[in-house]
Amino acid sequence: MTMSDFPPGLILILGAFLLPLVTQSIRSILILGLPLLTLGLIWSVPDGSFAILPLLDYQLVFVRSDTLSRLFATVFSIMTFAGGLYALRQKRLLELVAVYVYAGSAVGVVYAGDLISLFIFWELMALASTLVLLSADGSASYRVSMRYFIVHALGGVLLMVGILAHIHDTGSTAFTAMSPSSFGTILILAGFLINAAAPPFSAWLSDAYPEASYTGTVFLSAFTTKAAVYALLRGFPGAEILIFFGLFMIFYGIIYALLENDMRRILVYSIVNQVGFMVTGIGIGTQMAQNGVAAHAFAHIIYKALLLMSAGSVLYMTGKRKCTDLGGLFQSMPITTACGIIGALSISAFPFTSGFISKSMIGQSAADESLMIVWFMMLAASAGVFLHAGIKFPWFVFFQKDSGLRPSDPPWNMQLAMILFSGLCIGLGIWPEYLYNLLPYPVAYEPYTVPHVVNMLQLLMFSGFAFFIMLPLMRRTLTISLDFDWLYRRVLPKVLKKIFSQIWATDHKLRQGFIVRLDQVLAFISRQNEGASGLLSRTNHVGSMVMWVSVILAAYLFLSFITH
Amino acid sequence: MIKDDPEKDARDDDMSGDEEKHWLVRPETVRWLWRGGLLMLVALVLADFFVHAHPYFQIDGTFGFYSWYGLVVCAAMVIFAKGLGIFLKRKDTYYDDE
Repeated sequence: MTMSDFPPGLILILGAFLLPLVTQSIRSILILGLPLLTLGLIWSVPDGSFAILPLLDYQLVFVRSDTLSRLFATVFSIMTFAGGLYALRQKRLLELVAVYVYAGSAVGVVYAGDLISLFIFWELMALASTLVLLSADGSASYRVSMRYFIVHALGGVLLMVGILAHIHDTGSTAFTAMSPSSFGTILILAGFLINAAAPPFSAWLSDAYPEASYTGTVFLSAFTTKAAVYALLRGFPGAEILIFFGLFMIFYGIIYALLENDMRRILVYSIVNQVGFMVTGIGIGTQMAQNGVAAHAFAHIIYKALLLMSAGSVLYMTGKRKCTDLGGLFQSMPITTACGIIGALSISAFPFTSGFISKSMIGQSAADESLMIVWFMMLAASAGVFLHAGIKFPWFVFFQKDSGLRPSDPPWNMQLAMILFSGLCIGLGIWPEYLYNLLPYPVAYEPYTVPHVVNMLQLLMFSGFAFFIMLPLMRRTLTISLDFDWLYRRVLPKVLKKIFSQIWATDHKLRQGFIVRLDQVLAFISRQNEGASGLLSRTNHVGSMVMWVSVILAAYLFLSFITH
Repeated sequence: MIKDDPEKDARDDDMSGDEEKHWLVRPETVRWLWRGGLLMLVALVLADFFVHAHPYFQIDGTFGFYSWYGLVVCAAMVIFAKGLGIFLKRKDTYYDDE
């Protein structure tokens, strides 16, 4: 067995179980060291398939190393490192263990070369992320994590049935590009889409993620949806239906984020929005689009984690999460504010940030394919991202009215994690070639042309202008917005309750009726047989009984003869 | 819990007397920020005279396209969200009885 035969994800998964067993200082070393070790292994494994295990007639490939898996695993490891740094003070060991198993299984997913090992890590990811939610305090966490788990269990079942049907159809377990044309592949696509928070199962994300701890949400934002983006990119590039799913997600995220009051829920709605860009790109499916999706997933994980780290810092220092309770924090939290703004500019694809060099590739691919409506909608959505995340989040949390709160910046480790990711956001924006070199196809794209920069600035600045002149329309209110989860949290229980109470009522009625009838029949029989002359009270001779018994036995004997 | 009520805003404005406000939120700074911002917007629109993009389609090459498009679609999204909010918004204690 060589080093290549060790699945990189196992470093984090196995290492996670060491975390509760060691002292605080060794734990800190493990938290920071395990992701770096994973990163080292990822980059020392050459292209190819390793760690192949036979299972019945099939082969499990735990390590398929190529450009795409290496890219995703790299950003997952960097994310785990920075997230670990951010979470160094997290006292809940259950959460830390769950987070590292979760990150490791996400790496496992992107290295899985066949559908069965993909499924194994996919489900491990669902279990571990449920534990991350469960370990948060608050009375809501149990219910939230169960709702989250039920949706993912449904996704898992669809995926499993799809995989079995696909293996039955093709006789192969290999995880390669498919088209959603058979029963099996359609179910596989559905399973992937549920994890990508596509409609109609998008609400699990905004329902669950904001309920995790200040560190938990940072990790949750990175892995499940992006592992799904990877799976879609690997499995269904060019599947046209994804364009429709993607565009819906893009606008769904914007509209709901505009309505939202909880700062972390604003940011998780914008995960759906950003994943929508990626899903659209996968649907377009050209080499330019696939490069754009991969680059955007990489950039997105970093700036989204950065945004949630800055929101997490505010939560950690103030204990508050609603925009109506916050405001004016820039005065006492300058570093958190600056890092939050850098994240906000990156997600808005501001020139010289990571979002600018990645998202524009997806737009370019739509233009190359002459998808005019898609291109105009994505352009509108780019303006909308600046509106709902780029300005709304920093404005309502750090500026707007003065809440009177004067928390200081968070502890050094949290600041350092934010500064690291801010640096990456800007670094990738200034030197895009480092990211472009990691992409699956050769890149012939130059983001920094004068017209592109000027046009993007025009678009964004006028979106910002729209925000400030329409500020009165965006007054924060103490509200939530109904989402698809309303169907299974309110409508379905109500309908089921009604149906079951109806069933119980009918059942009760029928039984009552039956008992009454039975009483009547019994009473009738007993009335008929009253006294010594009745049917059941008559006396018979023993002789006649013996005769009937011998008749029955004779018939039995006769029958057994003719059946043989 | 701090409600977003007008009285609170008024109190904040009164406070400037005793406690010196942060320079960034003083009314004169805000006025300058508005002026600077508007000037920048005008400059960005005028930049279209000098920058000649290769439009992908027809309309995106016309004068001031990115500027008005950004403004209009954002206004449309805010208004659409506001309208949808009438049907979708509930008190944030809505699910608390679960």
